[in-house]
Parts: sequence; C-alpha cells; structure tokens
Amino acid sequence: MRFAIIEFPGSNCDHDCYHVTKHILGHDADFVWHGETSLAGFDMVIIPGGFSYGDYLRAGAIARLSPVMTAVKRYVDDGGAVLGICNGFQILTEAGLLPGALMRNESMKFVCRDTWLRVGTTDSFVTNCMSDGEIIRVPVAHMEGRYVADDDTLDRLDSEDRILFSYCDATGDVTQQANPNGSMRGIAGILSADRNVAGMMPHPERVCEESLGGTDGIKIFSSIVSKLVSV
Amino acid sequence: MKFGDVSLGRGEMHMKASITVTLKPGVLDTQGRAVRHTLEAMDGQSIRDVRIGKYIEVEIDEENEAAATAALERMCEKLLANPVTENYKVEIQNG
Repeated sequence: MRFAIIEFPGSNCDHDCYHVTKHILGHDADFVWHGETSLAGFDMVIIPGGFSYGDYLRAGAIARLSPVMTAVKRYVDDGGAVLGICNGFQILTEAGLLPGALMRNESMKFVCRDTWLRVGTTDSFVTNCMSDGEIIRVPVAHMEGRYVADDDTLDRLDSEDRILFSYCDATGDVTQQANPNGSMRGIAGILSADRNVAGMMPHPERVCEESLGGTDGIKIFSSIVSKLVSV
Repeated sequence: MKFGDVSLGRGEMHMKASITVTLKPGVLDTQGRAVRHTLEAMDGQSIRDVRIGKYIEVEIDEENEAAATAALERMCEKLLANPVTENYKVEIQNG
C-alpha cells in the first residue's frame, strides 16, 4: 500500500512517519508538499506532527488553508482514510474534518512524556488490531493538546463510539491525574462521523521499535495496514 | 500591478478595521487564569476574572463600510477566529 505523508513548513514528525511506514512496515510512502493539489494514487494520508506555519494565530489555523488541504477534503469526501497526529489532529479540527478544538494545555506547559491510553473503540482503521479497553503506552509532546468541545459533541462522540483513545493510568482508569493536558473527558483521539478520519495527540510513530523505548505504536500502524490492504 | 501598488479602485474606500477575538464564555482560559493569579499576588487585590483575547488590525479597500464588514466577518469565520471556541467583533474605525 502507498502512504502519503503531508509536509507543511514546520512539520517535524514527517520523517518518523516515513520511517515507520516505509522501513518498518515495508510499504510505499511519499512526502506530499503542502502546495500539492492531488492525492491520487494514495491508499492513506497521514498528517504528521510539528509546528506548521509556526503555530501562528492558532495551531493548525493557517495550514488548514493550504492547497493540499483542499485535496485532503476531497480525499475524505471520497471515503479515503486520513490520520492526523498531534499538529495533524489540530489541523483536522481547524479544517472542520473533526469536531472540537485543541487548546493550550491546562498546565500552560509543553508536556513531553509517555502516556497510557485506553482504547475506546476497535471499530476504526487505527484500532482494529487491538482489543476493547486495551491499554497502550504512547508519548505525547505538545503545548496545545487540551481537547475541547461542547457537551452535545462530547455526548455524540461517546454514543457513536467515536472516542479512539482516552488518557488513563497504568491500570486503565481514566483519571484527572493521568490527563496530561486537561482534555475534556480525557480524550486523546477521536474519529469522524464517517469513521474515515482519525485524530490523536499522542505520537504512535515514536514507539514502533524496541530500541526507541516501546512498540505499542506499531499496533496502530498494523491496524491501518490490515484494514486498508484488505480493501 | 506592480509590487507595493496600493492605489484605490474606482469607488473604493480605504478603511481600517479593529477585530477583537475573545474566548467564548465557559471556555477555560489558562493564560487568563495565570495572569489573574499574578495580578492578585502583585498587590493583594482580589480579582474576579481575567480573560485574554486577540486584537487584530486589518486595512482594507472596499466600496463601503457594509461591504468591508461583510468581508472581514468572512475572514473571521474562516481564519481569524475559531468558531468552536471563539467569538469575534469587527469594528470599522474610519468608515
């Protein structure tokens, strides 16, 4: 399968995503510059982390208006799968492809550490190889990761089984203490209504090799491959 | 058009707009909270709340004030504010 990895000025996790998809999973991967207007021929799009356009105005606000995002919208409308990680998640909410917004961490500090995540649904292209309630360890590294949405949106995410991951403690309890940024209901990742757009603040691409301190991230990339290769 | 050409088109007015972007009520303002605590520590006065927003100036050429306001509101909806978490106010200074 062939992955598109979108690059904006200021993206900095693009090469990590490339390494995982190309060298670890052994699939094709190409960088797609933000000025591109077509995503034809790709089986999946990853919007990686970083600080696109210096996070000016709001994280993701300017990136979402770049030419490639018009192509991403079209790709999504045609049923294509898109995963936004960290800044990618921020861009997808700014673009209206995922509900809610990501705001400054409650602590007002940049948080860079491992977090435990509880899998909220396995009915998705990023979690289908995991089990319900499974706990994985994936690091976060962000300043604006506090997920915010109105109560109706939060209830709908819950009732429609669209909460991908929640921050939890090592035993799987979603607690305030385990929440690194003050996200509402401990939300770390969500899915769109059509289930083909996913966004998450933690960085699975950083934990795909034992030598880098963990391999739980590979479960997410394996889910993507198993779901999309069989299509 | 050469770079730096700012001549007005036929029937256009040059206007300066002030745009204020504020967080919607109920949205936690972490900056505001930190500033409130510091203000209180500074002189011991108790402060009910501090909310921090953004102030943006835009210079625009349009036919009239209504057209400029409409254009600026579109800019707010699309880029300058995030309608999920923020409100905005557009004021033309010299319409």
